[in-house]
Amino acid sequence: MQAADQTLGTPEAQAPGFLTSSVGRKVVMAVTGIILFGFVTVHMLGNTQAYLGKEPFNHYAELLQTMVHGAGIWVFRGVMIAAAGLHGWAALSLSMDNWKARPVGYRAQQMKSATWASRTMRWSGVVLAAFIVYHLLHLTVGSAHPAFIKGNAYHNFVEGFRVPLASAFYIVAQLCLGLHMWHGVWSLTQTLGWVHPRYNKLRRGLASALTLLVVGVNISFPIAVLAGVIK
Amino acid sequence: MEKHLNLTLHVWRQKNAQAEGAFAEYPARHISTEMSFLEMLDVVNEELIRKGEDPIAFDHDCREGICGTCGCVVKGRPHGPKERTTSCQLHMRSFEDGDHITIEPWRAEAFPVIKDLIVDRGAFDRIIAAGGFITAPTGTPQDANALPVPKQNADLAMDAAACIGCGACVAACPNASAMLFVSAKVSQLGLLPQGQPERYTRVRDMVARMDAEGFGSCTNHGECEAVCPKGITMENIARMNRDFIKASLLYRPEVAAGGAG
Repeated sequence: MQAADQTLGTPEAQAPGFLTSSVGRKVVMAVTGIILFGFVTVHMLGNTQAYLGKEPFNHYAELLQTMVHGAGIWVFRGVMIAAAGLHGWAALSLSMDNWKARPVGYRAQQMKSATWASRTMRWSGVVLAAFIVYHLLHLTVGSAHPAFIKGNAYHNFVEGFRVPLASAFYIVAQLCLGLHMWHGVWSLTQTLGWVHPRYNKLRRGLASALTLLVVGVNISFPIAVLAGVIK
Repeated sequence: MEKHLNLTLHVWRQKNAQAEGAFAEYPARHISTEMSFLEMLDVVNEELIRKGEDPIAFDHDCREGICGTCGCVVKGRPHGPKERTTSCQLHMRSFEDGDHITIEPWRAEAFPVIKDLIVDRGAFDRIIAAGGFITAPTGTPQDANALPVPKQNADLAMDAAACIGCGACVAACPNASAMLFVSAKVSQLGLLPQGQPERYTRVRDMVARMDAEGFGSCTNHGECEAVCPKGITMENIARMNRDFIKASLLYRPEVAAGGAG
C-alpha cells in the first residue's frame, strides 16, 4: 500500500462544495442578510423625506429612477432579487435538512435560551416574503393600489396608507421585520465568526438599536398618514 | 438533610432500533435525596428485575461526570434541570416529592435509539476520525517548552477540550445540530501550534462528515450552550465558522506532482 492510500480519504472525497455544506449555506444566509438589512435601513432613511413634503419626496423618487441614466435602478433591482432569492433558497434548504435531523420530537422539551424571535425566524421570513410581493404590487407596480399615479410617489404613498387594512398589514409586516432583524443581525455576526468577548455586548446592542430604529420609523409612516400628519 | 421522595417516572421504552417505542409509567418509591439520578434508576430497575420485567436500559460508565457516556432528557432538559451537570451528577435533591419525571433518549436522526434510553453516538466517532487528530512525530519527545503557546490560547484550548462528547448539545438543539461538539473539537486543536498543519483541512473534513451524518445546522438559539455540562461556549462555533470560511476561500486542491522531491 502506498503512503498516500493510508490517509483517511482525500479532502475531495470527503469535503463537498461550499454551497452544499451546512456552514457554507449559513454564510450565504448571513451575507445576503447583510444586503437585505442594509437595504431596509437605507429604504427607511430615504422614506423619512415623506415628512419633508411632496416636492422633496417626489424629487428623491425621480433621482432613484434616473440614476446612472436609468440603469442604476435595474442594477440595484438585480442585486436585490439575487440576494432575496439566495436568502430564500438557503433558508429552505437548511430548514429541510434541520427538520430531517429530528424526525422524532420530545414529549416535554423545555427551551432555556431560545427567544421568541429565534423560534419564529422561518415564519417571520415567510410573512416578509409575502409582504415584499404585496409591497411591490402596492407601491411600485401599482396594481394593488386604489389610486396609483405613475411618477407621483408621494400621492401613492399617502393614498396607499389611507386604506386602514393596507396600513394594518404594513404594520404587522414591520413587527415581523423587527423579530427577524433582532435575531438575524446578531445571528449573522455569529455565523461569520465576528465574535469576541470584548465586542459581544455590542453585537446584541447593534441588533437591538438597528431593529428599533428601522421598525420604529417605518411604522411611523402609516400612523402619520392615518393621523393626518402626512397628507 | 436526607429526605425520601415518591415519584412517578414516564420512561421511553423501545425494545430495539427497529421496534416502535412508547412511554411507560413506573413508580419510584422511597427514593433518597442523596441518590444520584442514575442510582434512582438502578433502584427502579431492581424492582423491575424482581418482578421479572425488562429493566430500563440506560448508558453510564464513570458516574463522575467526566466520561460523557450517560445522558437522557429529564423533564424536557438534556441531563436534567441543573446547569453544568451530567445525568450521573444530577442528584435527587433537585426534585420534589410527588414529581412526575419524563425521561427520554436524545432525539436526532444521527443518534438512532438502540434500546430505551441508549442511543448510538457513533456519528461523533466518525466526525473525530474525519479530522479530529494531529500528526505527532514519534521518537524521543522534544523539550516541553520548545513550542511556545500563548497562555490565553492554552486556556481557550483547554476550555474547548473539556467537551466530553455526551451529545447533550445535539439533544437540546431544535435542529439537532452538532456544531457545538464539532466546533469544540476543531477549536481545541486549531488554537494550539500542534494543530496547525491540518487546521484548514480538518475543519472542512469534520464539517463535511457532520453534514453527511445527518445533523442539522445552527440557527443560533443558544440551547446547546445552555445545557452543556462542561460549559462549552458558542464562541467555538464562531471560530469554526471563521476557519471554515478561510479554508473554503483559500482551498487549493492537492497536486499529485507536488512535493515529490
